[in-house]
Order: sequence, then structure tokens, then C-alpha cells
Amino acid sequence: MRKPEPVQVIKTRRDAALRGLVESVPYIQYLGVQFDRRGDELTAVLPYREDLIGNPLLPAIHGGVTAAFLEITSIIELTWSSQWADMEEGKLAGDTLPPMPKTIDFTVDYLRTGLPRDAYARARVNRSGRRYASVHVEAWQDNHDRIFAQATGHFLMPTRDDG
Amino acid sequence: MATAKKAATDDGMITQNDRIKLARQFIEAIPHSRALGMRLEEIGDGIAIISMPYDERLVGNPATGVIHGGAVSALMDTCGGAAVMSHGDAPVGTATIDLRIDYMRAATPGQRIRARAECYHVTRSVAFVRATALDDDDDNPVAAATGAFTFQRAKGA
Repeated sequence: MRKPEPVQVIKTRRDAALRGLVESVPYIQYLGVQFDRRGDELTAVLPYREDLIGNPLLPAIHGGVTAAFLEITSIIELTWSSQWADMEEGKLAGDTLPPMPKTIDFTVDYLRTGLPRDAYARARVNRSGRRYASVHVEAWQDNHDRIFAQATGHFLMPTRDDG
Repeated sequence: MATAKKAATDDGMITQNDRIKLARQFIEAIPHSRALGMRLEEIGDGIAIISMPYDERLVGNPATGVIHGGAVSALMDTCGGAAVMSHGDAPVGTATIDLRIDYMRAATPGQRIRARAECYHVTRSVAFVRATALDDDDDNPVAAATGAFTFQRAKGA
């Protein structure tokens, strides 16, 4: 039997793969979205900033920021889950980024006002085929029970070389 | 929710030019719209045109330099809200209920993106909007959107 890999080696590999994915996209950096990882589970975090405001009177987070946050979370989750097996087998080339899925359509449901504080989101890949994928994503702030926005998106998967 | 409110104005006293100026000041004062460099091009009677410059910070695909869909969403949402606010029934506020965006093609890197939104129907409390986003190629839209917005009427209206 093969000796299991030391936990630190596994963590380092997974964190590096995730960081590579997230840090390669300027828009994710611009909005300041970060990803928290527990095993394969990702939680996106959007730290509050004044220039994310869409309504200064309420004040409320811009609906476009919410949409963008949900779309980023969906794409990263989709890419992350589809490359997981290759990553675990050490097949990911360190410096080349995996091609990203392309958004076909994205429907956002605004349930509550986005308050001027940090927001969190988790996406679930409901179906991921060779060509198309369907992803659902939910975002919340102080209470996970009180979702403030949700979305469903369809994505075109990148064609794989070995496909 | 994506919300917007504007101060009640005395319709009888202001001209169309003033209306555009007020709307422009209003939209360009939204912190996130300003951060993305949005500019109001036209507004009136339930139709709004807002543009956004190409910006390297908004790139979603570093290999191609194409703008992230999320930034296009922000533009569409702002433009949809502006179209609702410019409706002839003079709402006092609006918030996005839902917004669906279809991405038809990648926006050409380096080009300004222009969104045109039309509030094509209102009920007592709901406004229906459709929008398209274009770059320099007017014949091939980058994205299309449809949305429902709240339509907040003044008390007693």
C-alpha cells in the first residue's frame, strides 16, 4: 500500500492551485473577492468597500456588484470542481492556467438589499457535461439563512485537449 | 437590491435638458458607477443609454483581455434602473427584482461598451425592462438583458 501524502503537501498543492486561479483574473482582484477553502468546498468572500455602493441614500451594494460577485463565484467553483481530479493526481501544470468556462446566460434574483458589509457566496454545480454546465449560487451577509441574492447560470465548458 | 431614488422635482419648471443634466449627476454620483467610469449618453421617456470605457482592471480573461461578464452586468443593471427612473409616470424609486443577461459574444478589447435599456411596460408597482450592450460593432450585440424592477410611485399618485 502507498503511504498517504503528508497533509501539508496536500494543502500546499490545493492552495496554490486555487490562488493561481483567483489571482490570474484582474476583475476578481479589482472587486477584492477572496476564496476560503475547506477541503474541496469554496466560500467566496466580498469584503465591503465604499466604491461598491449603488445607492448612497440607503446605503446599498450595487446590484451589478452583487451580480458580478455571484458570477465570479460560479465560474471559480465550476473551474475548481472540474480540475479537482487532475489537480489531485498532480496533472496540473504549475504555471499554465486552465481555460475558463464562458458564461452563456446568468439570471440574478435580488431578494434583499445588499447591506454595506462583507458578503459571502457558495455555488453548486448542478450539471457539468462535456460542453455545457448549469450552476446555482447563493449569497448572504450576516445570517446564512437570509440569502440576499441568488442566481442560476449556464456556461460553455472549455474544450479539453485530450477530449 | 439595486436601488435608486431621486428627489422629487417640479416637472413644470424644468426643461428636458435639465432633466438629462439631473439624471447624469444622479447616475454619475453612484459610487460604483463612477468607479467603473460610466457616462450617461441619453435619457428620457423610459429609455437610457449609458457607456463604460474599456479598463484593464475589469478584464475577466487575462489570455484574451476580454472584459468580465460581471462588469457588463453592472452596466446593464445601472442602465435598466436609469430607464425605469426616466419613465413618464415619474417613479420616486426603483430596485432590481431580477435581471437575466445573455452573453452573445465577447466584447472587443479596447472598445467602449454602450448599453441601451428600454422600460417597455409598467404596472402599478412593477417595471419591465429590456436592454442590449454594444461595442463598436453596432450590428452584433455583445449581450442582451431582460429584467423586472420595482416601480415606486409617489404617495397618492
